[in-house]
Amino acid sequence: MIKLDSKIPKGPLADKWNNYKSSLRLVNPANKKKLDVIVVGTGLSGASSASALGELGYNVKVFCFQDSPRRAHSVAAQGGINAAKNYKNDGDSVYRLFFDMIKGGDFRAREANVYRAAEVSNYVIDHFAALGVPFARDYGGMLDTRSFGGVQVSRTFYAKGQTGQQCLLGTYSSLSRQIAKGTVTMYERRDMLDLVIVDDKARGIITRNLLTGEIERHSAHAVVLATGGYGTVFYLSTLALGSNASAAWAAHKKGALFANPSFIQIHPTSIPVLNDYQSKLTLMSESLRNDGRVWVPKEKDEKRHPNQIPEAERDYYLERRYPAFGNLVPRDVASRAAKERCDAGYGVGDTGLSVYLDFKDAIEKQGKKAIEDKYGNLFEMYLKITGINPYEEPMRIYPAGHYTMGGLWVDYNLMTTIPGLFSVGESNFSDHGANRLGASSLMQCSGDGYFILPYTIGDYLADEIKTPRIKTDIPEFEKAEKEAKERIEKLMSVNGKQTVTSFHKRLGKILWDHCGMVRSAGGLKKGIQMIDDLEDEFWKEVKVSGMANDYNQELEKAFRVADFFEVGRLMCQDALDRNESCGAHFREEYQTEQGEAKRNDKEFAHVSAYEYNGNRKEEILHKEPLVFENVELKERSYK
Amino acid sequence: MEFKLKIWRQKNASVKGKFETYTLKDVSPEMSFLQMLDYLNQQIIESGGDPVHFEHDCREGICGSCGIYINGRPHGPLRNTTTCELHMREFKDNTTIVIEPWRSKAFPVIKDLVVDRSAFEKVIHAGGFINANTGSTQEANNIPINKKISDRAFDAAVCIGCGACVAACKNSSAMLFVSAKVSQYALLPQGKVEAKERVENMVKKMDEVGFGFCSNTYACEFDCPKGISVEFIAQMNREFFSAKVCKQKS
Repeated sequence: MIKLDSKIPKGPLADKWNNYKSSLRLVNPANKKKLDVIVVGTGLSGASSASALGELGYNVKVFCFQDSPRRAHSVAAQGGINAAKNYKNDGDSVYRLFFDMIKGGDFRAREANVYRAAEVSNYVIDHFAALGVPFARDYGGMLDTRSFGGVQVSRTFYAKGQTGQQCLLGTYSSLSRQIAKGTVTMYERRDMLDLVIVDDKARGIITRNLLTGEIERHSAHAVVLATGGYGTVFYLSTLALGSNASAAWAAHKKGALFANPSFIQIHPTSIPVLNDYQSKLTLMSESLRNDGRVWVPKEKDEKRHPNQIPEAERDYYLERRYPAFGNLVPRDVASRAAKERCDAGYGVGDTGLSVYLDFKDAIEKQGKKAIEDKYGNLFEMYLKITGINPYEEPMRIYPAGHYTMGGLWVDYNLMTTIPGLFSVGESNFSDHGANRLGASSLMQCSGDGYFILPYTIGDYLADEIKTPRIKTDIPEFEKAEKEAKERIEKLMSVNGKQTVTSFHKRLGKILWDHCGMVRSAGGLKKGIQMIDDLEDEFWKEVKVSGMANDYNQELEKAFRVADFFEVGRLMCQDALDRNESCGAHFREEYQTEQGEAKRNDKEFAHVSAYEYNGNRKEEILHKEPLVFENVELKERSYK
Repeated sequence: MEFKLKIWRQKNASVKGKFETYTLKDVSPEMSFLQMLDYLNQQIIESGGDPVHFEHDCREGICGSCGIYINGRPHGPLRNTTTCELHMREFKDNTTIVIEPWRSKAFPVIKDLVVDRSAFEKVIHAGGFINANTGSTQEANNIPINKKISDRAFDAAVCIGCGACVAACKNSSAMLFVSAKVSQYALLPQGKVEAKERVENMVKKMDEVGFGFCSNTYACEFDCPKGISVEFIAQMNREFFSAKVCKQKS
């Protein structure tokens, strides 16, 4: 029987991490090099974990599916990275950043974890500056900041609309330094197929070399999953096409609990779906809402060009509904408000599924140059994709699947329920509750990897100094490899008629319709049934072309989609169980008279962590109660 | 729209490749170039063939995975645009589109349109970083950096490592890629400390892994999807000579 122990240290909130850090055991430098650590994923959290552990002297092996670690999808984060530096003298503090995140997450995150994330945020900025990350600066040479949704201070550091790229490349540079030193070995073009457990501890992984199709065994004293989120479950999302859930899901099937799977952020400002062949949705950074105003026409079926619609006939619905935060309400609120307007018939564009994001006033006030300085690359990107120039007419935007707050359950040490298996960054569940605030993802990923995991993993590895290198010719590895090969064989042998992508598209549509921005008990039940049917069809009808022992992009996709059926079902199960609305999880049965989310703290102030119980079987729910000692639970209002 | 696609097909590095021609109907002008290839692959798979392999990931012009030689230009006809951002509305209906992988000795073909760009990694490992350990750093605002210089470093730092500069150059030179990294760090006070060793090591490695000399044609800048300027090559040359001169003096 699994018992969830969050291992939150005792003592006052502000002292927990400092005191705890000092009490953690250490591994001496001579022993560190005898200890192997596997890190899967080279985004911001994986690359920072690998480089920090390499610096400490551990023998690190790091894996990614791309041809280079620099391509991981952290690279696409646009708007910024938060830190509680209070450089603007606007009243910011570690406590306020903590509070904004707890409130932004609709009181469904752990106080201690969130406080720690806020606490280490300042070190992250210092470290990036030292690594040569060219953040925006003001004329005195000091670092500049801007505002983001859900907060009233200016704490977001940025590098134009390419902050993720610059942070990731900075982290990639520190990873490259360790690769050159030989403390880290890089394995690129590898997919993790399974986790290997020996005597109840995570001891290695099975990978597929994507170029040769070879199945490989890799062992270690501990394994770190930094494999990102599962937003591509929707097929159309803002994620990279290769982003997937498979590594985390393999760990889940081996016993790691999966927490809050239904908490998925739908980002309000994506370029809308333009055609049937669309393969992804492109995000337009939240930072645009600093200067852009969101509106729809006041009349239904408005046919005029947006520039022809006079001021009095425009409904700036965010400013109208949420005067205190206006266009800078959090993402979940902005997304639902857009959906509400479009569903009511006020949406614009051919499909009626988009709203305007208008820079006319900002350009008039600040001049085109100032807007170009802040958002130049985003405007260009918009122009390239849509053929419309946003300097001259408003952008059209619509919500899209973006970030998964849910993920592998971890304790305060970032360790999952499998001893020796850690999870960092978006692949864990820990810091964002039911909704993530903008610019806190880069912050959490780099905090986890650079400043938290290196301490906590040491405490675990202190018990492993007498464990010799793990051999890979033992039965546990043999069994895992055999199972992986059988799974490949099973996928290749279906030999049906429909492409893998066609199934992915259909699954994505089911989830978007039934487990997207608004959910209902009836819809979720129907969704689960539809997923079951589609999965049956997949295993009868899918066509995976090419060969197993070769470079085969279709087989890579097939693996991921096969797992997405199970992920999708668990999302629905969790959304169905959570009889309340909170953050991004909105059940239409539970809303206030004004249409805002209605939480039920009495029954649902807990983390829902699921234990795998065989495919098609309902997973076993474990609850971790959330205790709030430092903030008062109230209705989350941005009015 | 309808196109004749002449696509380079090559099973792996050890066999010879050749062009295959496909006719693709019902292409929408709203499709991106990669969506057009997805559409072609769907038809190839349904008719029992092996789909065209190409690299892609973010599909929003930032990861640097995609890179296809289209009608004789890296990333196709539009300036400052990656292959994934290119849309079919940029092509004339009923024409032939020639689609090839990057051609460079340092980037061997892996399969179809996929090439091995690990030579770039090797150059970065030779010095594309600042030696700063986690935890050893000071408060970020203790070192003010002039905005113009910081912005200039940013302009160099936007490189996505796609390899278009190498593909565009008749000498397969990686000068633009390497100079962008060298310049970013040489401009910033944090990177100045080791600027001399860095430029020497990176240039040496660049030559070792098979990239050619600068052709001085500026084709790299013209075809760089991020608009990185050849002025950084000039800056790298300056850094390189100054490193050499300092070495001789000492």
